[in-house]
Amino acid sequence: MTQDTSVEKRGWFGRLKAGLSRSSAKITESFAGIFTRRKLDQALIDELEEALIAADLGPATAARLTAVLARDRFDKEVSVEEVRGIFAGEIARMLEPVAKPLAIGPARPHVVLVVGVNGSGKTTTIGKLARLYQAQGKKVMLAAGDTFRAAAVEQLKIWGERANVPVIARGEGADPAGLAFDAVQAAKEQGIDLLLIDTAGRLQNKAGLMEELAKILRVIRKIDATAPNDCLLVLDATVGQNAHSQVEIFKQVCDVSGLVLTKLDGSAKGGVLVALAERFKLPVVAIGVGEGPDDLKPFTPQEFARSLMDLD
Amino acid sequence: MFEKLSERLNGVLDKLTKRGQLGEADVDEALREVRVALLEADVALPVVKDFVAAVRAEAVGERVVKSVTPGQMVIKIVHDELVKVLKPANDAGGVAGAGLDLNHPAPVPILMLGLQGSGKTTSTAKIARRLAEKQGKKVLMASLDTRRPAAQQQLAILGEQTGIKTLPIVPGEPPVAIAKRAMNAGRLEGYDVVMLDTAGRLAIDDELMAELAQVRDAVKPHESLLVADAMTGQDAVNTAKHFQDKIGITGIMLTRIDGDARGGAALSMRAVTGRPIKLLGTGEKLDQLEDFHADRVAGRILGMGDIVSLVEKAMEATEQEEAEKLARKMQKGQFDLNDMAQQLKQLQKMGGLGGIMGMLPGIGKMQKQLEGRMDEKVVGRTLAIINSMTPKERRLPDIIKASRKTRIARGAGVQVQDVNKLLKQHQEMARMMKQVSKLGQKGLMRHGLSALMKGGPMGGGGMGGMGGGGGFGGMR
Repeated sequence: MTQDTSVEKRGWFGRLKAGLSRSSAKITESFAGIFTRRKLDQALIDELEEALIAADLGPATAARLTAVLARDRFDKEVSVEEVRGIFAGEIARMLEPVAKPLAIGPARPHVVLVVGVNGSGKTTTIGKLARLYQAQGKKVMLAAGDTFRAAAVEQLKIWGERANVPVIARGEGADPAGLAFDAVQAAKEQGIDLLLIDTAGRLQNKAGLMEELAKILRVIRKIDATAPNDCLLVLDATVGQNAHSQVEIFKQVCDVSGLVLTKLDGSAKGGVLVALAERFKLPVVAIGVGEGPDDLKPFTPQEFARSLMDLD
Repeated sequence: MFEKLSERLNGVLDKLTKRGQLGEADVDEALREVRVALLEADVALPVVKDFVAAVRAEAVGERVVKSVTPGQMVIKIVHDELVKVLKPANDAGGVAGAGLDLNHPAPVPILMLGLQGSGKTTSTAKIARRLAEKQGKKVLMASLDTRRPAAQQQLAILGEQTGIKTLPIVPGEPPVAIAKRAMNAGRLEGYDVVMLDTAGRLAIDDELMAELAQVRDAVKPHESLLVADAMTGQDAVNTAKHFQDKIGITGIMLTRIDGDARGGAALSMRAVTGRPIKLLGTGEKLDQLEDFHADRVAGRILGMGDIVSLVEKAMEATEQEEAEKLARKMQKGQFDLNDMAQQLKQLQKMGGLGGIMGMLPGIGKMQKQLEGRMDEKVVGRTLAIINSMTPKERRLPDIIKASRKTRIARGAGVQVQDVNKLLKQHQEMARMMKQVSKLGQKGLMRHGLSALMKGGPMGGGGMGGMGGGGGFGGMR
């Protein structure tokens, strides 16, 4: 990306790790509080399970992880480090298959629809993606499909200026499907490589708004039956078990092909991702670790898992 | 798989209700499920532990064992405990929400803070609008968000939409300076309230938290509201605790309560900060703001419905004048399509069918089945048909014959049979209105809506099963 990659890299990695380790401080505390070296009995398993739940992994995934531990260590002496290592290894193993970056296929333009609930970080993620692919020499175009929220269009335009890419926009209250149609058309005509379409935030239980999303898909498929080539669901790392409902319903409506986990530089762990990977097996194409234009990083299961367990 | 807390608890408590008496083992079994249900609803682990322990202490023992219906007893204990955790500490009754405290010399500074994307800007505009419209306050809004692109413009646009003044934007001005300028303007121009919308920040971002502390010191806010997303997971405790420790908050506003995640974060943040939840954001529109009432939310979590909220909403939506006019007409046995349109609009104001369903007791379980089958658009479509009629046709629906029907259908973009369906529904409603006209206004409210639920805007589709229940009429 930029020439000062090493500084940048340490910067973001440091931030991610700082964020994740702060967030996992509680896990560590819980673990440390539980035992230093103890016999792995049912009481201890219960406590470990709770520590995992406190990281948003959810009751079901937490139970599965402790079951893995219990399988070969039950009634044996275990230490904190050992347990953390086993959990981290198991989590990384679960996440490995879903760590896949966005693949820009042969289609021109490669159309990416970005969806999610309100405030999850869609527009910011698009701004960062635009910058990333622009820097890689791709011709990028943005479409300001959030015509509902006040100043959302302006927000995306500013990101467009920052990344020096064109933004297709209409006024507030315009029909987002019509705008998306125009954008795909324009991208085709101008030989754009990557078209990123922003959408208004919507709660997945609002049937009317989900129908609006379905309409966007229907309309752009009139130009290109294979579009969108990707549909990215943006999830906020602070989200709890509701993420399941978000993925499930958005997947039904717009065939989500990948996830972006944002705000991982905060105290939230995004632990629900582990459960999501297990259940939906959707690629995690990137993570957001800050508000800056370069704060979008590839998802690396090892780091995520080890940081989550406060190792390294 | 991930059912709502209320459904989960209903499942657990249904089992209890069916047994004659409760032993310690029964309570433990039930509470284990209560515990998992709470965790799946994102209530933070330490809060869950305390909650379950408190319920257990109450539930096991004489009171329950000797009571005639143990299930009901447990429901009551769980409910009471939920209310206890949720209600403001200084609120002895434990029912009313604390609301915003404006008891301070004008201009009253109100600081809005929270994580990125929690809904601060929208909430700022909602609160300002309500203070202006319901309490006649002169409100000034200022955005201190110099970080997110176009955040200041966003608030300015919302100001235009609501008719609330916003502080003119000076590009490049730092947040503390904006805050001071806002307070100055507030004093000089005689504002009652100054709402300060801050940039979203992570609670662990020391630099930005220090900036927020400077803003706090500069304006000495009378209310500092932590705006938090109802979908927040276990991290709710961390965020709330950090903001409380570093800045100090006076209350919490919970947003996106209209989503399908409900309750968990409220319980956690309330427990960990000791600060009351003051307001709820219930939708994207600027009038979708509600007071927090502990017993109502507890009742909602338990699937007991939210009857009080419903009734209040219905009262607010019904303009008194219109109601009286309608009542007069009905006494004469008239109920034309204008009146029907009026009722449909009220229905929309009350949050549409989904909004109303969520507040009805016992619908919790059914709502899931109804999802997808209930077509929110039908209300709008029905209104479109009425709007395509001439004033005369609305007044005298009997004159609508074949050619008029064709014209109306074309105007509304529907089929002629849709127009027929509407006319038939109207006839049925008019007939019922005649029957209840003797009951006066109160009866109108009930039966009017009940009629809507029965045959009304849902048409032949999805709502068949609801009809027999009598909709609104049956719930009281």
